[in-house]
Amino acid sequence: MILLWMIVILMAGGLLAWLSKKWHPELPRWIALFAVLADFILAVYLWLTLPAATLGASPWLLQLEIPWIPQWGVNFILALDGLSLLMLLLTFFLGILCVLVSWREIQTKSGFFHFNLMWVLAGITGVFLTLDLFLFYFFWEVMLIPMYFLIGIWGHANRTYAAFKFFLFTQASGLLMLLAILGLYFIHGSQTGTYTFNYFELLGTTLAPEAARLLMAGFLAAFLVKLPVVPFHSWLPDAHSEAPTAGSVVLAGLLLKTGAYGLLRFVLPLFPTAAVEFAPWAMLLGAVGIIYGAVMAYSQTDLKRLAAYTSVSHMGFVILGVFAFNVWALQGVVMQMIAHGLSTGALFIVAGLLYERLHTRDMGQMGGFWAKAPKLGVFAMVFVMASLGLPGLGNFIAEFLTLVGSWQANNWLTVIATIGIVLATAYSLRIMQKVFFEPAPTDHPLPDLSAREMLIAVPMIALILWLGLYPQPVLDTVQPSINQQLQAYQEPEVKEKVAVVEAVPKAELSIGKDKRGKTKVPL
Amino acid sequence: MSQTDFLHLMPLIILAIAALLNMLVVAAWRNHKIIYVITAVSFVAAFLSLFELRDITAHAIEPLFVIDGFGVFYIGLILATALVISMLSYAYFEQREEQKEEYYILLILSTLGACTLVISTHFASLFLGLEVLSVALYSLISYLRTRERSDEAGIKYLILAAFSSAFLLFGMALVYYSTGTMTFAGIATAMKDFQELPILLLTGFGMMIIGIGFKLSVVPFHMWTPDVYEGAPAPVTAFIATVSKGGVLGLLIRFFMEVDGFRYPTLITIFSIVAIASMIAGNLLALMQTNVKRILAYSSISHLGYLMVAFLAGDRLGVEAITFYLVAYFITMVGAFGVVAMLSDTERDAELLDDYRGLLWRRPWTATAFTAMLLSLAGIPLTAGFVGKFYVLAAGVNTQLWLLVAMLVLNSVIGLYYYIKVVAVMFQQPEAEAEPRPRLRPSIYLASVGTLAVLTLLLVLVGVYPAALVEVIQNVFSTAPEMVAK
Repeated sequence: MILLWMIVILMAGGLLAWLSKKWHPELPRWIALFAVLADFILAVYLWLTLPAATLGASPWLLQLEIPWIPQWGVNFILALDGLSLLMLLLTFFLGILCVLVSWREIQTKSGFFHFNLMWVLAGITGVFLTLDLFLFYFFWEVMLIPMYFLIGIWGHANRTYAAFKFFLFTQASGLLMLLAILGLYFIHGSQTGTYTFNYFELLGTTLAPEAARLLMAGFLAAFLVKLPVVPFHSWLPDAHSEAPTAGSVVLAGLLLKTGAYGLLRFVLPLFPTAAVEFAPWAMLLGAVGIIYGAVMAYSQTDLKRLAAYTSVSHMGFVILGVFAFNVWALQGVVMQMIAHGLSTGALFIVAGLLYERLHTRDMGQMGGFWAKAPKLGVFAMVFVMASLGLPGLGNFIAEFLTLVGSWQANNWLTVIATIGIVLATAYSLRIMQKVFFEPAPTDHPLPDLSAREMLIAVPMIALILWLGLYPQPVLDTVQPSINQQLQAYQEPEVKEKVAVVEAVPKAELSIGKDKRGKTKVPL
Repeated sequence: MSQTDFLHLMPLIILAIAALLNMLVVAAWRNHKIIYVITAVSFVAAFLSLFELRDITAHAIEPLFVIDGFGVFYIGLILATALVISMLSYAYFEQREEQKEEYYILLILSTLGACTLVISTHFASLFLGLEVLSVALYSLISYLRTRERSDEAGIKYLILAAFSSAFLLFGMALVYYSTGTMTFAGIATAMKDFQELPILLLTGFGMMIIGIGFKLSVVPFHMWTPDVYEGAPAPVTAFIATVSKGGVLGLLIRFFMEVDGFRYPTLITIFSIVAIASMIAGNLLALMQTNVKRILAYSSISHLGYLMVAFLAGDRLGVEAITFYLVAYFITMVGAFGVVAMLSDTERDAELLDDYRGLLWRRPWTATAFTAMLLSLAGIPLTAGFVGKFYVLAAGVNTQLWLLVAMLVLNSVIGLYYYIKVVAVMFQQPEAEAEPRPRLRPSIYLASVGTLAVLTLLLVLVGVYPAALVEVIQNVFSTAPEMVAK
């Protein structure tokens, strides 16, 4: 039930925030803050109490199943494993930041704003929790409308265009996924006689190669657009740069992660053979995305657009890792999802803070802020360094693991991807140089971070450092689910040498130690 | 006719009596409220009389009618919709100068016609129902005759509807010539022997499709739709978009299932082309409109195209999908036109996009209801339209109509654009403060607001918990096995 409560709290909080505007203009902010905070505390509580007991056996920590539309075999299934737990923690953490960062920025219609923010978060929570494909599509769409409103009402100058583009891209790709879901539903139904959208039952469906390819294409359409993978990325720079700060943080930090999550949770286990066939192409797209995103980022003058293109580049690592099909790469992907959520979220917050003070996002008009606003400078510096993959910060672990994993799958593409890290250094340092170190073109007063803003900055820095220095708890939490997703790919090995089955966990343990050792080296 | 026959026809008889009663009352004493009450009570009574027929298996009244679960469900749907429309009409016409009382007589008559259609099993009753529906609609459309465009709309509809009726009649005659009978069952028996359709029969069917297609306003018989929607008063537009189309669609399903038209590739091809053309033309033309009523008109064309996809699935799931989709579509369309009616003032209907600018900030509740309706038309979750579209897609995927399903998906995306456009207009800042409109009398206000609130809640309820409605529909079709046995 606790899982259901997480969604209900957000939805109810949203409604309450909207209505409470009538009584007091500040009330929506507080209600929203407490709603997300309550969810965050619930998630942390789950993390602290659950994992040790169930590590090893089944990856599922909690499960809830209520019949919803029994005639169609639709059930309201929520289930939690390590992967979704981590995603929830990220969701609620960034959710709190979104409320805080909008405290001064959003002055018009704050009630409706917080309603939309809460419902986006509720939709994302649902996507990370549900294991019924009908319900998954349902939540997948539920998160779009409020996001559309967030961009369309509180965005910057070109907001209507950006909101339309975002909506049409994601909706169109989502409908293709719906078709694939229906195809899977009927194929499974005709094979077994039970028509159901239950993920666990659909897992065992045997598909003809042609059908598997088509169905996977449907799922991929939704996830690759959301991720986004070049050439389906063109909605992203517009949406990210036109959205209000909280909207950008949700988009970059969370919405993109739903695409990555979908790849891990649905594409890998449901279509093992088709995924293997598609893997070289997917990895190629990933490598192209890494380079393309980095080059585009380097040539931007708009700070938010720059950050948006870095997302394209970083998400390239995700798809590169997912289709490498091994434990290292998937660990890297999960780390990347979390670390990128934090680091890009932080960059958007920095851009938002600067915009609040200067009313421009043009880097040409910035400069010399290091002396004027040292706290802001340090905040930006940490996350720029994270974004370029400095050892000691979360992104390094993520990219390192991903590259180690993908090297085993495809050498040349990994080499290309590694070049992307070099390019990342170039565009990241350019941000620091332009905004903070170059002489100032205008003499605009720039107040440093306020107490509320420090409250945003400090936890983010602490977390990204923690992820960089001691990622083991995260990796431990997610390990059972990674094994679960990879089960279909490891079976042939297990069949070849049955005797080794017991040795597998040991091997993984040593991998874990290895990584801990390696992460210490650069420090 | 026996007593049981009377009992089974009770809903229709109640409507006929109500129309007569209204006429007599108008002759004696003109009073909007009294006429309205009689109308509403008769709709409710007719609806309640359906509960007597809840569990019946098919009861045939030879040779014209059959009352079965399917018919009862569709009559119920039509009556409920007509009741809601009459409530919206009361608020709408109360603000207007014209004589309002005859409106309700016509409304009842056209509802009677639609109800007759869905239980017809004979060409005679079919044509009778269709003409009762159409003739009442001619005058309903141009009811506000002082308005500039209502004459145009009325005459356009009159000429084209008469024209299409002629096609329908000629088609029926050819079918009669080829098969020697006018009952649906007889035609089905006669057609059992044909593997291929003889050319005369095919021509007959073709002409009937023209007549039916006109009523359903599917492409290429859709030309009248935007003009008539624009010219007619908003509640009448809602009626044309829902009850009139629903009745004809019910008839089409019954006839086609009976004669098993899905055996003939020619007919399937014709309907597929019509479906695809309706989806594409409806959505593309809607993109360019700036008039909300015209947008909804083109949207309804494309929605009939979606329904055709489920129709072409031709199995039980398909018919269930159509029925579910119709319920969702009725709620949504009536709700959307209800908002238009509510925002209209005495001179003209609120039909320009400019009338909606900043509505979300001026009248948040109305705007929320309208947003819900538009999102339902677009098929976004939490609304009935989503489940309906899902059902239709499921029916299409199940029978592997890949081309049609792909077109449906493509068109949903195009459709999204103009629905969202209207939503976007609603949350723009208004340029100038509109002067506050005079408050209506509380009773009128309550009638329209209450109706809209009920529709919106229903929309969300069906969207979030469709299981109940699905169960009702599945039961309906389990009591009508002969129709969907194939």
